[in-house]
Formats: sequence, structure tokens, C-alpha cells
Amino acid sequence: MSTSSPSSSTSKSAVPALAALAAALVGIAIAFAFYVAPEDADQGISQRIFYFHVPIALTAYACFAWGAVKGLLLLWRKDERYDLESYVAIHQGTIFGSLTLLTGSIWAKASWGHWWLWSENQLVLFLVLFLFYSAYFMLRFSIEEGPRRANISAVYALFGVVLIPVSFLAIRLAENIIHPTVFTRDGPQMSGVMFLTFCIAWLAMSVLAYALYRLELLGKRLDSNLRELRELLT
Amino acid sequence: MSYLGDVATLARKDLRLELRARDTLPAMLLFVVSTLVVFHFALPEGADEVAAQGLLWVALVFTALLGLARAWAPERESGALEGLVLAPCDRSAIWLGKAAAVFAFLSAVELVALPAFALFFGSVDAATVAGVVLASIGICAVGTLLAAMAAASRTRELVLPLLFLPLAIPLVVGGVGASVSSEPARYLAFLALYDAIFSILCWASFEYVVSE
Repeated sequence: MSTSSPSSSTSKSAVPALAALAAALVGIAIAFAFYVAPEDADQGISQRIFYFHVPIALTAYACFAWGAVKGLLLLWRKDERYDLESYVAIHQGTIFGSLTLLTGSIWAKASWGHWWLWSENQLVLFLVLFLFYSAYFMLRFSIEEGPRRANISAVYALFGVVLIPVSFLAIRLAENIIHPTVFTRDGPQMSGVMFLTFCIAWLAMSVLAYALYRLELLGKRLDSNLRELRELLT
Repeated sequence: MSYLGDVATLARKDLRLELRARDTLPAMLLFVVSTLVVFHFALPEGADEVAAQGLLWVALVFTALLGLARAWAPERESGALEGLVLAPCDRSAIWLGKAAAVFAFLSAVELVALPAFALFFGSVDAATVAGVVLASIGICAVGTLLAAMAAASRTRELVLPLLFLPLAIPLVVGGVGASVSSEPARYLAFLALYDAIFSILCWASFEYVVSE
């Protein structure tokens, strides 16, 4: 992320190109998911949401990890620009996490007739993460802006990436005491075209998340620069 | 002074404060017993013992929250945290001392809560006791750090449960599993793993929460 230095002209001109690339890739992914990939023999059309649900979930994980990496860099190098980058990454992660919950819920309704299934480990994990990262925003916005807030946000972001595997293990363990039966999703093996569609969709979601990340970062930096200017003027 | 000596001094300070003011511990004791009584009325007639085992964990987590919300109150009210941070000791010792004091309070509460639970709802077996001890370590380690974060915020007591409950879910899973499963060893092992991972993380990161 050496190109994301504040208000450099190259990073500004990169955002529209990145947005165009993301839009094109999402378009191609939609076309592949609906017109190129073969219909699943078992689940029919409802299986096609897989090409969006799983890439969105993987992108959300990547955003949370990215936020934690930036948090670690903040604690290590004490450079305050990492604070904003960590926050924006977690913000994007939370948006993609909410989309994962939404698409997963729709898929569960289509496949099993229920909007919510506690036996779906990944969905339950995303619910826990959604609650965890919602609290991140509550915490962050109730602390005075400054180095203390940056440090606390970074430590909390680090807790998040540790919580992901621990929670996943806990949910797997809880299954034995709460739900003895497990739905498995890896029944039909993916064909070549299906896998290609999945990869395109994954790439599209990653580029989309990165474009949104850069856009939000640009907006937030503009905001803070403007505020500084106003303070200088008054 | 050695590291453990610092920790012991800091923990002793909290215990002495509590002995003199008696702010937190009586409230926690009364709360946990009241909660168990409420649960008796919340459980419908004929509900099985397994459901009550789950509620024990709800009672313990919420009682711990009550204590954790007050954990940093003495430092905050008298502005003593700045002094502690400037003191010539490792800053993680502040966290460890506070966590040890909170653990002492929580253990005292559990010494009352577990017999009361056995009296009201049925027996408490050895696996449950082991689960309670292991989960308490995790609750105190994570809770003390999160309470320090919450103490820095404007909303304080309001934000602490929001921070703490998602992190407490694995502890509840491990504890309930140890209570109701026929093979509690794996749940106890999971609790020990949680304690180890999060204690190291809290120990390493506390410095950044209290300093600028």
C-alpha cells in the first residue's frame, strides 16, 4: 500500500479506473453466474447464489484481516494514517459481512425453507463477527479522537482476527451439544466451468471491495484535510 | 521489585479497596442469587435439568459483567490510572494485577453461586466446576482489558457488554459443553486453549490501551 500516501495525485486518478474495473468484473461475474455456469442438478437456480455468497464471505474475511494488519502496523510504527486505513477496512468488512448474512439467509430459505439455520456454521460465525464488529463502531465513536482511540481501535481489530478461528472452533464444538445433525454443502463436486465462474466472482468481489476501500479512504482523507483547513482559517 | 511482586502489590491494592469500601462484591453476590431465583420462574414447569445448566452460565457471565463494569472505577474516579501508567513497572503488570483481583471477586461469587445452584436446580458435577474455573480465567483476562477500553470511552458501562458478549460466546460454548456433555474433556481443553490465546494477546496489548 505504498501508493496510498495521503493526497498523492496518482492514488486519486487510480480510483475511477479501479471502480470501472470493479464494475466490469462484477458484470462479467453476473453474466457467468447466470448464463455460462451450468444449472446445478440438485438445487437448480438457487445454487447460483453460491457464486456471490461465498466470494462475498471470503472478501469480508480479507477485509477484517486487512484491518488487523493495518492495526498492527499502527501499534508498531505509530503512524496515524494506519488508523484510518484500519477503520475503513473494517467498515468494508462489516458491509460485506452483512451481505454474507443476507445472501446466506436467502440461500437457506431457498434450499431448506428456513431463513435462519443454526446448523450453518459459517452463517453463525458471521453473526458473531457482525456483533463483534458492530461493537467496534460503538467503541470507536465514543472515544475522543486521538492516539488513544487509534491504539484501542487497533487492539480491538487484532482481537477480531483471533476471534475468527476461536469462534469457528467453538461453533463446531457447539454443534455436538446443540445440533447433532450437520448439513454438508460439499455434496456435488464443482465442474470446471463452475469453478471458473466462482473464481471470476471472487476476483470481482475482491476488486470491488478494494475499490470501495480506496474510495472511502479518499473521502475520509478529504474530510479531515477540509477540517484542518477550516480550523486554520478560523 | 520483581514483575510478580508488582502484580501482587497491584492486586492487593484492589482487594484492600474492596474490603474497605465494599462496593462491588456484595452487589455481585446479591445479583447472582437474584438471577438464579429469576431463572426458577423463567423455566417452565417440567423443563429438564440441562436447560438449567445453560442458565447457570448466563448467570455467571452477567454477574462477571457487573463486576467488570466497576473494575476500573476506582482508578477512573480518582484519576489514578495516569499515575499507574507512569509508575516504574511493566504496564502489563497493571492488567495482570487487575485481572487477578477481578478473578478473586468472581471466584468468591462462584463459591456462593455453585452451591446455590445445586440447592435450587440439582447437582453440580466436577466437570462443571472445572469448566467454571477455566472460563473464569478467560472472563477475567479478556474482560479486564475490554473494561479498560470501555473506561476510555464516553459511554463506559454501556459499551462494555457489547464488547464483551461476542468474545464470551466461545467461553459459554465450552462451559455449557463441559456441564452437559458426556465427554467434557474436549470442552475443558477448548476453554484452556481460549485462556492461553487470549491471555497472551491481552498481556501483550494492554500497554497500548492505556498509553498514547
